[in-house]
Amino acid sequence: MKLFHYAAPQHFYPLAGRLWPALAVLATALALAGLWVGFMVAPSDAQQGQAYRIIYIHVPVSWLAMIIYLAMAFWSVLGLVFNTRLSGLMTRALAPTGALLAFLSLWTGALWGKPMWGTYWVWDARLTSMLILLFLYLGYIALTSAIEDPRRSDRAGALVAVVGAVNVPIIYFSVQWWNTLHQGASVSFTQSPRMASVMLTGMLLMSLAVWLYAAAIALWRVRSLILVRESHALWVQLLPEVQAHRTLRGAT
Amino acid sequence: MNALALPSPWQAISGVLRRDLRMALRRKSEWLGAVFFFVLVAALFPLAIGPEPDTLRLIGPGVLWVAALLASMLSLGRLFEADHQDGSLEQLALSAAPLSWSISAKLLAHWLISGLPLVLLSPLLGLQFGLAPEALGMLALTLLIGTPVLSLLGAIGAALTLGVRGGGVLQSLLLLPLYVPVLVFGTGAVDAQMRGLGGQAHVSVLLALLLATAALSPWACAAAVRLALE
Amino acid sequence: MASWVLTAMDLACQKAQRTLFEGVSFSVPAGSWLHIEGGNGCGKTSLLRILCGLSPAARGQVLWPSARHALRLRPDRSVLHYIGHALGLKPDLTACENLCFDAQASGLALSREQALQALAEQGLQSRAHLPVRVLSQGQRQGVALARLRTSPASLWVLDEPLVGLDAQATATARALLQSHVDAGGAIVMTSHHDVGLQGPGARLQLGARGAA
Repeated sequence: MKLFHYAAPQHFYPLAGRLWPALAVLATALALAGLWVGFMVAPSDAQQGQAYRIIYIHVPVSWLAMIIYLAMAFWSVLGLVFNTRLSGLMTRALAPTGALLAFLSLWTGALWGKPMWGTYWVWDARLTSMLILLFLYLGYIALTSAIEDPRRSDRAGALVAVVGAVNVPIIYFSVQWWNTLHQGASVSFTQSPRMASVMLTGMLLMSLAVWLYAAAIALWRVRSLILVRESHALWVQLLPEVQAHRTLRGAT
Repeated sequence: MNALALPSPWQAISGVLRRDLRMALRRKSEWLGAVFFFVLVAALFPLAIGPEPDTLRLIGPGVLWVAALLASMLSLGRLFEADHQDGSLEQLALSAAPLSWSISAKLLAHWLISGLPLVLLSPLLGLQFGLAPEALGMLALTLLIGTPVLSLLGAIGAALTLGVRGGGVLQSLLLLPLYVPVLVFGTGAVDAQMRGLGGQAHVSVLLALLLATAALSPWACAAAVRLALE
Repeated sequence: MASWVLTAMDLACQKAQRTLFEGVSFSVPAGSWLHIEGGNGCGKTSLLRILCGLSPAARGQVLWPSARHALRLRPDRSVLHYIGHALGLKPDLTACENLCFDAQASGLALSREQALQALAEQGLQSRAHLPVRVLSQGQRQGVALARLRTSPASLWVLDEPLVGLDAQATATARALLQSHVDAGGAIVMTSHHDVGLQGPGARLQLGARGAA
């Protein structure tokens, strides 16, 4: 099967090498388009003025933070079932980006909150869930960094990702419940601004851009991980970039 | 070689259970520590916040639940670490009973020793916060259902971090997101009871969580334990 | 009794990207012993753990011929008894309790009398009711070996079974191992010293890449 051909790090490495620059270029183009639409073309909101424009960053990164976690869970399941090394590497490559996007989501959410409601943090259901998602990412990264044996590290991380993914809907549901129960916050993000189609276009463009960025950087990162993990293999030592690096350092 | 009776999984599980219980009874200091921690934390909050009865009544369920959660997390270190050190864990992995069943037995023993005392103490500590009798009953009930869930989830974290540097803190980081639903519904039930709305819905959700984790957690723990033994 | 108990085919082991051994193949027939030799760090313990199914092999497989284990993924206590460096004894339980609970945890029935007798045969009757944590290293090794006397397993996988034993205990242990082999069981062991078993047996030198 063609797919399993690319499951070997040796074959995936050049494929990723071809893909990530193309994705990066596309991501940049879409981001520019999306930012232009969001900041220049779309009208200012009736209630919230210019400050609302931060949703063109906040919403896409929030979506992607959740989607990337699902992607990690997907690769983890593949890895646990088929025992492929590449799955563990892809999950690892996705994690830092997911964590960064979750953090950005919280940060942009706080920046949005301040001009809107005078407070940086609101215990809103979605923000709280995003905070917990950030902890899930950090937990994965911490665990995989702490375990030295690569195989155990990959599989333990895969277990964490799968257990976390199963729990994400439960956590979200419980936080929703908690939030409606304690109706202290009379404002919430659940009431999003009325969507003019232009605004929607802007958000979609930005979402696509962030998605492509995440894919590009994950592929770029997985190449580095492959080099480290397979460093003893012959095909790695024969790679031009590895040989150039070695002559630069003076090794034989 | 001796020809003994063929291996029986039920015997294996009861054997593991009885062994763990007997060892815990011989080393009371280990698990009593977590119970004292529960009492101490519950006493710290009134000291920090002030003795105002209305405030205490408001924060009581939450504080007691968080204290129980922290005490439960504290006791996870005893679950697998000692067995891993002295080699009993690999003997369990080689036993005739499936590892997930042996782990279920260990978790039951662990809860009986570390979780049940918290449930029994909670009404007494609830009195310190001035909670009404219905609230006390609901608190004990939610802890009765919730502490096993905390043990079951905690075991996954404990198994994943077996023998890993910085295991305790790492375990907490992994477990806190998973503990959130239990905490929310546990305290929500008591809150609802105190407001007169009835906590049945919350209790049903807790029961569902218990059943789901009881079914899935031993399998995940067994996988994590085998990873640690490799 | 099957004509052979265990076969290893082309086993390889890697630790931290370093190949400890590869191409290891051997067969252990019933009624024989296999002594795995090699310097420190050459992978003897890793090989034993691969045989038990505790660690995965980087390459190759371990074959179990009985019909029961054609279906099982991992061998268990009814066929294989493993004693590693960590003896698997609980320090707070007495020697006798350790034997009883250990058998029970493996799903086997063992009465107190049988446990006491096994300990007596190992020369530990006076220590049977003491907690293991007060026993010396050699006495703990004796307790671990006593477990073998009550085990139904036909294959014993032992990592340094004689370590820490004095002269008398060593003779007792050697007699135990010999009687197992003579009765048709099989033993795979590592030891830095010659165990001195009679009968059909083989030595495997790790680090020399191959079976003797």
